[in-house]
Amino acid sequence: MSGAVLPVGRGARLLRNPGFLVGAFIVGACAVLAVLAPWIVPYDPFAIDLNRRVVPPAFMEGGSLQNLLGTDQLGRDYLSRLIYGARISMLIGVLTVITSGIIGTTLGVLGGFYGGRVDDAVVFAITTRLSIPAVLVALAVAALRGSSLMLVILVLGLLLWDRFAVVARSTTMQIRNLDYVAAAWCAGVSRWWVLTREVLPNIATHLAVVATLEMALAILLEAALSFLGLGVPAPLPSWGLMISEAKDYMFFSPWVIVIPGMALFVLVLGVNLLGDALRDMMGTDLSR
Amino acid sequence: MLRFFLRRFTVAVLVALTVLTLAFLLTRLSGDLAISIAGPNATAADVETIRQVYGLNRPLHVQYFDWLGRAVQGDFGDSFFFRDRVANLIASRMSVTLTLGLVGLGIALVVSLPLGILAAVREGTWVDRAVSLVALIGQAMPSFWLGLVLMVVFGLQLGWLPISGTGSWEHYVMPGVVLAFSAIPSLTRLTRSGMIEALASDYIRTARAKGLSRLSILVKHGFRNAAIPVVSIAAVQLGFMLGGSIVIETVFALHGIGYLAWESISKNDFPVVQAVVLVLALLYIGLTLAADLLNAVLDPRLRTG
Repeated sequence: MSGAVLPVGRGARLLRNPGFLVGAFIVGACAVLAVLAPWIVPYDPFAIDLNRRVVPPAFMEGGSLQNLLGTDQLGRDYLSRLIYGARISMLIGVLTVITSGIIGTTLGVLGGFYGGRVDDAVVFAITTRLSIPAVLVALAVAALRGSSLMLVILVLGLLLWDRFAVVARSTTMQIRNLDYVAAAWCAGVSRWWVLTREVLPNIATHLAVVATLEMALAILLEAALSFLGLGVPAPLPSWGLMISEAKDYMFFSPWVIVIPGMALFVLVLGVNLLGDALRDMMGTDLSR
Repeated sequence: MLRFFLRRFTVAVLVALTVLTLAFLLTRLSGDLAISIAGPNATAADVETIRQVYGLNRPLHVQYFDWLGRAVQGDFGDSFFFRDRVANLIASRMSVTLTLGLVGLGIALVVSLPLGILAAVREGTWVDRAVSLVALIGQAMPSFWLGLVLMVVFGLQLGWLPISGTGSWEHYVMPGVVLAFSAIPSLTRLTRSGMIEALASDYIRTARAKGLSRLSILVKHGFRNAAIPVVSIAAVQLGFMLGGSIVIETVFALHGIGYLAWESISKNDFPVVQAVVLVLALLYIGLTLAADLLNAVLDPRLRTG
């Protein structure tokens, strides 16, 4: 009985948390825009119109309702590009978190569960990973292999697993000696069963918090890489790339960098708000 | 204490060696280095010449040990582009990056320590919530974008600060602020949770019972205990900030090693890139080692680990 009541109570508390509601709205809206992008954009985001370059947004002087958020340096509709950019950010965020989550969780659970030599090796791997400057390595790999969307996802996925491993390791250590795990052992189940049916479900909420943090980080890193010209290649409308391409015009028309930058900021804020709400729900602080 | 130190030091050396190996593999496994060096217009003969000159036709393990042997002596070879020793290049740019890192860390501490203490003292009130909102905003701010916005506002519209370059102390203000933004959220949260923990402890109650002043309780008894984790995280953050300075140095054209790395990446100058990866990793390893040792000195409970 109490087992059934507890999650409901937690869910209700989550729904009363304004941070959670705002975060869920932002991330949900971005996800909807990303999925529906081809059907809702007013223009083709790749269509160049050299007669209408850097037209300001409709709410500014000189703007028109034709392009609500104006046009970029090649006359492409800014709103359409922004909506397609949500696709790229969400895709990078989700796929990176899946990749890094699998790597980090596997390492962390193994280290925390087995302890001893295995744990030493896992801790060593985490320490080594943390000492590698992620941005620089990602840039170097992109320069050597030629950048593409898949490469960015792969590189970020291979670099951002450290926090998953740290949290999975420490939570597994706390769980492996608890009574219900001992009960499972006594029931004669296999090691695989204990790991996947007893340990993983019980560290899942903690991992969900890490997932939001890493998703936010992945989105920011992709934007930074694309901004430096070694992330998502042109003409894809990544928000970081939009800022990079527009920055020659920013001193005369600051809105060209403000619009994609705000989009980036709001999405990352939304993801972080979700993570904070999840953490508050559990009453533990994992961000450190 | 000595055993703790030796153990920590051995791990640090092993990590450094692993990073050395990874830095080597990074350039060898990501495609054919000779073709990357030669550039898009090179002929097959050019590529072959480059293989000969740089010794890339030797077996991989020979190249590795040759490179490792030189690297541990601080010899990273010659830059392809700058016509100088890589070690000289890095030495001449290092001070800019270190200055930027220290300025950033300084600003971050000046902002986050008072904010964290304030939030802890007023835990659960609107002040506390406002501080966590500041932390959230800092966490979500894309650093390169904040840099551009500051350039437009303070560089162009207000004209208070130079937009880019390396000349004077004024060139470090905006990049320092942007860099600080990346460390403020975690430092603020850590100060807050450390202070809350310290303020709830028995020795604070004793201090209150003795009738000590509020300020003395907060600073002498509360903050000194909350500061232990903050000191170590600050050192680790400095390491992260130095690693992340590549983006900010590029935005502001600040000629530190991050900018050097970016220039070298775009010019396929891989000995420099490799060396910068290593130097940043070694700095991080050194800083975390120092933080651990400092922690062990400050807090004897940690020495048993």
